[in-house]
Amino acid sequence: MSYEAKRLIEIRQGVLSKNDQLAAELRSRFHAAGVFVVNLLSSPGAGKTSLLEATMRALLAEYRVAALVGDLATDNDARRLARSGGLVRQIQTGDMCHLEADIVARHLEGWDLNELDLLFIENVGNLVCPSGYDLGEATRVVLLSTTEGEDKPLKYPSTFATADAVLLTKMDLAEPVGFDRAMAEENIRAVNPLAPIIATSARHEGGLDEWLVWLRERFKAQRG
Amino acid sequence: MHELSIAYNIVKIASAAAAEAGADEISAVHLRIGALAGVVADALRFSFAIAAEGTPLANAELMIEEVPVTVFCPTCNTEVTLPNPRLFRCPQCNQPSGQIVHGRELELVALETP
Repeated sequence: MSYEAKRLIEIRQGVLSKNDQLAAELRSRFHAAGVFVVNLLSSPGAGKTSLLEATMRALLAEYRVAALVGDLATDNDARRLARSGGLVRQIQTGDMCHLEADIVARHLEGWDLNELDLLFIENVGNLVCPSGYDLGEATRVVLLSTTEGEDKPLKYPSTFATADAVLLTKMDLAEPVGFDRAMAEENIRAVNPLAPIIATSARHEGGLDEWLVWLRERFKAQRG
Repeated sequence: MHELSIAYNIVKIASAAAAEAGADEISAVHLRIGALAGVVADALRFSFAIAAEGTPLANAELMIEEVPVTVFCPTCNTEVTLPNPRLFRCPQCNQPSGQIVHGRELELVALETP
């Protein structure tokens, strides 16, 4: 065999095709059960957990809400989120810098999806690696905090360009840290002209109103 | 650094294809990687060398074709290639366009034997 002439073996397969296939299966399951799934992406410390805690608290009276929380180590985030009263499960990824569809599927075991309305998946804090991995979500939301640089969208176009919505978080800190909102929005628009840009503040009364309106609209649109 | 896990995926798919084709040595692996795939070519080459160790791909070279970002421009009603993946504006009419058609690819195209 090894003495034969040089030849080409055609493959033409996505390197992440196994993940894509599992994600498609998850998406069908979520759809059949009527669960609206949100994949939350951001850099570490952009406020995913605070946003999620306040969001779950605000939605619990209306909806059955759950969260899967990805982290390299510790279950601190899950313990924080459990305070909201929603169903929470920690995913410890070890060395993995992103979540994959099979990890999500494994951590859903034992949950009856029919008993849920909304499921949030808090991805590992990272603006590069999670972007290529479909988790079967209905919508992908990327956070940009006021304490980060306004140019993050230009540095990480693969994540911001594929967002269905971009949230500006920690707006209560915008002034003290000199956040240039117009510049941030211009940079988001440069790589993603379509996604709505929603300003949030998880710490303040009413700081999530616009985000909650968007979520409810998207949820209702899926339910039809 | 998810390039290592991607490299292991490549080795897994390629090893299976090589075995099926009866090839016991692979000299080149052809990939197509989109500008928005979030994959750094150098990091992938480095990771691939580790992932391929002890496999028929151990001496294989990664041949990477970069796929530019292509969007659908509703104004021009056509697909256009962006000269800059950080500016989603149609190069023909300068209108913002965000409907990505190409540029997220991460495809294993083919293998070459020596």
